[in-house]
Amino acid sequence: MEMNESEIREIAYNCRKATFLIEKQQIASITLREKLELKIHLAGCSICKTFMQQSFLINKMVHQMAHSSNRSDLKLTLHFKEELQVMISDRLNRS
Amino acid sequence: MQNIESESTSHKNLTNPQTWVVKYADYLFSYAVSKINDEEFARDLVQETFLAALERLDKFEGHSTEKTWLTAILKYKIIDIYRKNASKIPKQADKMDSEYGQDTFFNKDDGHWNEQHRPEEMGIEQPDALISKEFTQVLQKCMSKLPALWHAVFTMKHMDEEETPVICRELKISPSNFWVIIHRTKVNLRECLEKNWV
Repeated sequence: MEMNESEIREIAYNCRKATFLIEKQQIASITLREKLELKIHLAGCSICKTFMQQSFLINKMVHQMAHSSNRSDLKLTLHFKEELQVMISDRLNRS
Repeated sequence: MQNIESESTSHKNLTNPQTWVVKYADYLFSYAVSKINDEEFARDLVQETFLAALERLDKFEGHSTEKTWLTAILKYKIIDIYRKNASKIPKQADKMDSEYGQDTFFNKDDGHWNEQHRPEEMGIEQPDALISKEFTQVLQKCMSKLPALWHAVFTMKHMDEEETPVICRELKISPSNFWVIIHRTKVNLRECLEKNWV
């Protein structure tokens, strides 16, 4: 895949586009051309490289948060559960 | 008569609501908290989930487990909250530029990071970096400060791992808007983390 000089210059300096592609790539596939553009950009931009590492980490953390739903310390109070039980019995008797 | 009666009571063989609280209440509660991060609200949702399930007992055919069925009801209720929150501020997507403008992050002309927004290392860049509880708390705080629509998009994608077309449909946004929000949210979250992580 060939790119002319001005195209290379454009992506090499465009951090907005590079970070956009970094985000898109983590969710969906990006085109071969976009992959190449991103590679060229990251080769010369340590700031976006840092962004990418931190972005990966944030996604990892969020994933962990989502899957920590079996937290055993998180429980409903006994009182609330009793209320729920009464509510369910009421409804069942009514129908 | 025999037939009609056994039909109307058929769910009784498949599910027993009297056991729901003991079996699933805590699970549903922690599931809800992990999604909306608000214990009081999560408690109400558990109650609403049981109520909704009782109302459609006859729809439960035992194709999935009770737990899966109840979780699906809860999940739909959570999406409903996302949607309501997101629509509280009308036309928020249009206001994105003025209110939460990306323009301050990147140079308008060449797209380069503006100096005061350039990501700096936080000492967590290695792939195997340990994530402390404190760091997660900072992230949660940063997430709670996001505009409602962004929060909904981000949570549905990264926490619920919902399909992109589903998110676009539920929140009534276009695919291109989706990607813009995903990008801007991350740029904002990242900066919030850097500012608040000392």
